[in-house]
Amino acid sequence: MASEGYNLRLYVAGQTPKSIAAIANLKKICDAHLAGRYDITIVDLMKDPALAQRDQIVAIPTLIRHLPEPLKRIIGDLSNVEKVLVGLDIAPTG
Amino acid sequence: MKADTDPRELPALVKAPTGIQGLDEVTYGGLPEGRPTLLCGAAGCGKTLFAMTFLYNGATLFAEPGVFIAFEEQPAEIIKNVSSLNYDVQKLIAEKKLLFDYVKIERTQIEESGDYDLEGLFIRLGYAIDSIGAKRVVIDTIENLFGGLQNPAILRAELRRLFEWLKDKGVTAIITGERGDGTLTRHGLEEYVSDCVIQLDNRVTDQLSTRRLRIVKYRGSAHGTNEYPFIIDEEGITVMPVTSAGLAHDAPTERVSSGIPDLDMMLEGSGFFRGASVLISGMAGSGKSTVSSHFADAACRRGERCIYFAMEESPQQIIRNMKSVGLDLQQWVTNGLLQFSAKRPSLFGLETHLAAMHRQVMRFEPAVVIVDPLSALLSAGKPDDVQAMVLRLIDFLKTRSVTALFTSLTHGNVENARTDVQVSSLIDAWLLLYNKEYYGEHNRQLYLLKSRGMAHSNQVREFLLTNRGIQLREVYVGPKGVLTGAARRQQEYNDAAANAVGQEESERRKREAAYKRRQIEARIAVLQADLAAEEAEAKLLGSDATPRAEPLDWRYVRPQEEP
Repeated sequence: MASEGYNLRLYVAGQTPKSIAAIANLKKICDAHLAGRYDITIVDLMKDPALAQRDQIVAIPTLIRHLPEPLKRIIGDLSNVEKVLVGLDIAPTG
Repeated sequence: MKADTDPRELPALVKAPTGIQGLDEVTYGGLPEGRPTLLCGAAGCGKTLFAMTFLYNGATLFAEPGVFIAFEEQPAEIIKNVSSLNYDVQKLIAEKKLLFDYVKIERTQIEESGDYDLEGLFIRLGYAIDSIGAKRVVIDTIENLFGGLQNPAILRAELRRLFEWLKDKGVTAIITGERGDGTLTRHGLEEYVSDCVIQLDNRVTDQLSTRRLRIVKYRGSAHGTNEYPFIIDEEGITVMPVTSAGLAHDAPTERVSSGIPDLDMMLEGSGFFRGASVLISGMAGSGKSTVSSHFADAACRRGERCIYFAMEESPQQIIRNMKSVGLDLQQWVTNGLLQFSAKRPSLFGLETHLAAMHRQVMRFEPAVVIVDPLSALLSAGKPDDVQAMVLRLIDFLKTRSVTALFTSLTHGNVENARTDVQVSSLIDAWLLLYNKEYYGEHNRQLYLLKSRGMAHSNQVREFLLTNRGIQLREVYVGPKGVLTGAARRQQEYNDAAANAVGQEESERRKREAAYKRRQIEARIAVLQADLAAEEAEAKLLGSDATPRAEPLDWRYVRPQEEP
């Protein structure tokens, strides 16, 4: 179970429409495909700008998969579900 | 800087000096303050170094902290690269005067899903600027984003926003961009950054590379429009604003000795004008370097500084050779008055030579500059370019009242005396040195072809290299022309001999004349005696009163006729 756990971080900048959309899209995808196996952290760079440099963030929103290895990055509001699944290496269920 | 005094300057435009020698002159004060400037050029033309110097000078000279956003190179690499210019970047980072941020973008690691913007970059940049109170920003090279992200429409919109945002922030920024095919930058950054565009170039012609800089545009400001050569070396970047517009040099009336007393005598007894440009042309082995060395020696004796640009010989060789004519140049090198600069002409392009010379002159501030030989520079460029370069050099030296002495190697004879480098019209004084062959020996001669602004000697002199330096002798001028060396000695001997013969002849003639006179006098004596006898006879006959002269006459006269 632990090896299967997804540790995800979503970087946003304030409550912009894109940020809100990304958060909603991510939750939907995770619930559909990774139910019970994921952990999402939302990072607001407006509140913690130093993290942008530390975590190499350029585009907003950026989703980073820390676990499982290797590190994966997806940028955008995550409206394209297929791309998100490819980016996170999740075989679509169903 | 200069911007304050330049009348063409719009008062509203404030400029941020780059501290790069020459660039601030060409831009009349620096880059537009609080605005982005685009710095473009092909790979390897020095963009990053330029941008880094801008930040470094800002932090060290103008108390303006700076942020370097690197898309291309790791900061560690950049810091290492500029450490060769003696930039201590680590110290500035520690003092919070410089801040590096490396933006890593790799397409293969990024999946795109839906709409995004570059707010993350803005946040990073804003945070970096605010954390050290930066006034200057470098973004090197933002076009890398096009390689890392897939949606060019979003990128373009975001870049436009970025440059506006930089202006709002009030930072003076340099954005670098790589040259594209037929465009200034590969992705058309010049569309967004329109205040000031500077192009760098590193061209290779005839296997010699020359770096050049051009200000493509500078909104609201006058700027030099030419291509200016620049050099990058251990001293940093130097841009050469090469041509000053007019001919407004000072014309000093002070004289400087040529170091050769006899030559000074030909120049109204006091030498060249200070600030004059002197050309010495002559064939190989006619003594050009020796005359140059005398001039250098004289300058140092006056306590003035002198730079000797040696294009063909090594300084050691010149110093050794000049010992043989009694010149000790080493003493001046040792006490710092004389600086040799020996560079192979083919080492780099013409412009780079010029730039290097400029900088050395500006740094050392010599009163006298020697370029020996100027003609060697021919191998570093085309004749036209050489002439243009020499013009700039002469111009530059004149504005600084530096007395310059150039030598030039000529071929052929004196009659068509012209130098390979066609600079004679720029030259104030022109000395011709040549060898003439008589009786199996070559003799050196010197002629002062021109010397502007003074009544100079028009005489050809015999030029002797002695162990006490150069001496000039009055040449023999006779029915057979100007003679020197053995021919002159021969002629002098002939003259003496001819004189002796003539004297004997006149003695003889004198003696002959005296003899003839004595003969004539003797005859006169005889005739007078005859006359006296005749008169006595006449008296006798007169007392008889009978004229019976005929038989008597006949008797008297006859014996006279016999001998």
